[in-house]
Amino acid sequence: MIDSGTTAWMLVCTALVLLMTPGLAFFYGGMTRAKSVLNMMMMSFVSIIVVTVAWVLYGYSLAFDAVGDGSGFLNKIVGGLDYVGLSGVVNAVYEAASPDGNFPLMVFSAFQLTFAIITVALISGAIADRAKFGAWVVFSVVWATVVYFPVAHWVWGGGWLGQLGIEDFAGGTVVHINAGAAALALALVIGKRKGWRKEPMRPHNLTLVLLGVGLLWFGWFGFNAGSELAPDQTAALAFMNTQIATAVAAGAWMIVEKLRDGHATTLGVASGAVAGLVAITPACGFVDPWAAALIGLLAGVGCAYAVGLKYRLGYDDSLDVVGVHLVGGVIGAVALGFVAAYPFADGQEKGILIPGGQLSQLGLQILGPVVVGLYSFVISWVIGKAIDKTMGFRIPEEAEVAGVDATTHAETGYDLGTVYASGVSSPNGPAAPAPKKVDA
Amino acid sequence: MRLITAIIKPFKLDDVKAALEQFGIKGMTVSEASGYGRQRGHTEVYRGAEYQVDLVPKVRVEVLAEEDDADDVIDVIVKAAHTGKIGDGKVWSVPVDTVIRVRTGEQGPEAL
Repeated sequence: MIDSGTTAWMLVCTALVLLMTPGLAFFYGGMTRAKSVLNMMMMSFVSIIVVTVAWVLYGYSLAFDAVGDGSGFLNKIVGGLDYVGLSGVVNAVYEAASPDGNFPLMVFSAFQLTFAIITVALISGAIADRAKFGAWVVFSVVWATVVYFPVAHWVWGGGWLGQLGIEDFAGGTVVHINAGAAALALALVIGKRKGWRKEPMRPHNLTLVLLGVGLLWFGWFGFNAGSELAPDQTAALAFMNTQIATAVAAGAWMIVEKLRDGHATTLGVASGAVAGLVAITPACGFVDPWAAALIGLLAGVGCAYAVGLKYRLGYDDSLDVVGVHLVGGVIGAVALGFVAAYPFADGQEKGILIPGGQLSQLGLQILGPVVVGLYSFVISWVIGKAIDKTMGFRIPEEAEVAGVDATTHAETGYDLGTVYASGVSSPNGPAAPAPKKVDA
Repeated sequence: MRLITAIIKPFKLDDVKAALEQFGIKGMTVSEASGYGRQRGHTEVYRGAEYQVDLVPKVRVEVLAEEDDADDVIDVIVKAAHTGKIGDGKVWSVPVDTVIRVRTGEQGPEAL
């Protein structure tokens, strides 16, 4: 029996989460220089394309199918192949805890697909301005296959971390730590942008950044509240906690900047909001509102300082995927070991600051990020290196200086000057209108 | 004839333009410019990283005038663009040999 309310709610959430990836494209695109805005946005959009295809062919199966009856060792590591090509999904039902809440398995598959897409897209922020587009396409499909699909299985698909009882409501570990660690590896493989720390690399359009954050914030309600997979009290809690943590984190980052640098900036508010969204992601359905505020505060202050690490350590994580997503994800995941109040699955416990809390949960909340972070970092580094040695991961220096938009995509993001525009001709395009005859 | 070039603060453009029109100047060329003099630029901070922005937005006004009017035109611009604060800009003039009005082919002072 299919519940229409749950089905409607999950369809809406799926669309909300998909909207986050174009939102991310704006968020990232505005932060690059004007000459590479299109390439930056394309890296997000192309992950919608390639991850969708991989998901339909085998990704959903590897992430969410069980091997055999699910009790064997292999099922701890990766899913089975029963759903290859989405076979068997069309008429299947996602069985909720209460049969009143069942909804089509196809909706569950589509919902989870949107998570896989944005996780891949998140990584691209580390390699702004300088990556070969084809290399990125190859990386994204290989990374999704050997990192995202298995890790999603570990935590949500019945794999070993889920069996142990790790708490990751909407993807702090699966999405943000996973993407952040991969971003760090790619930033190291591909190297610094030419002129990094010598030339100004200011965000070229902060209005796009704010638009992107608005879309992310909006879509994130589907991400977090939707992860309850039911329109119920826990979904409501996740929804409100998302709002609380995000607002507090944006405010915290703004105050840090005002006190440290002298000005409250739009980029600071935008970054703080994303840091809060990231940190509350694993926790949103497990904690009370006061704990959501605390997590937002830790994320806003912690990430505001973490984004400076790249200058000390010397890696060009261009748009701070590490400082915001890896660090924010770890803050949220570990915080659950202290403040988790509403565990619901087998093996999950309360955090140690909550009456009845177990130290073992804190251990698990540290183990998950460490294992997933290391796995993602190592595999991403290997994939990145392999691509770099074969097809090359970086565009030539003169193309980077001229701008990746013009050299890779043969387009420019903005056409504002009349002098520049006057040089445009289109030999193969529509013919120019014939000049009108003027009678003398 | 002389070409008078003025680099001024962008918000002073309307005052300078009005003053020149009142003086009787019939045309000018205005462009956006970037530069710095004694005032240098300013500092911007993005995610805690400081950027020293040397170049400051300015407006460049170019006016052609007859030899006898040049000093008065310069005077008009300087008065209109003056705020007394650092970064007010500069005005200079250079001699011009030839001026031709494209539409009619008129040359010299007639073309102004």
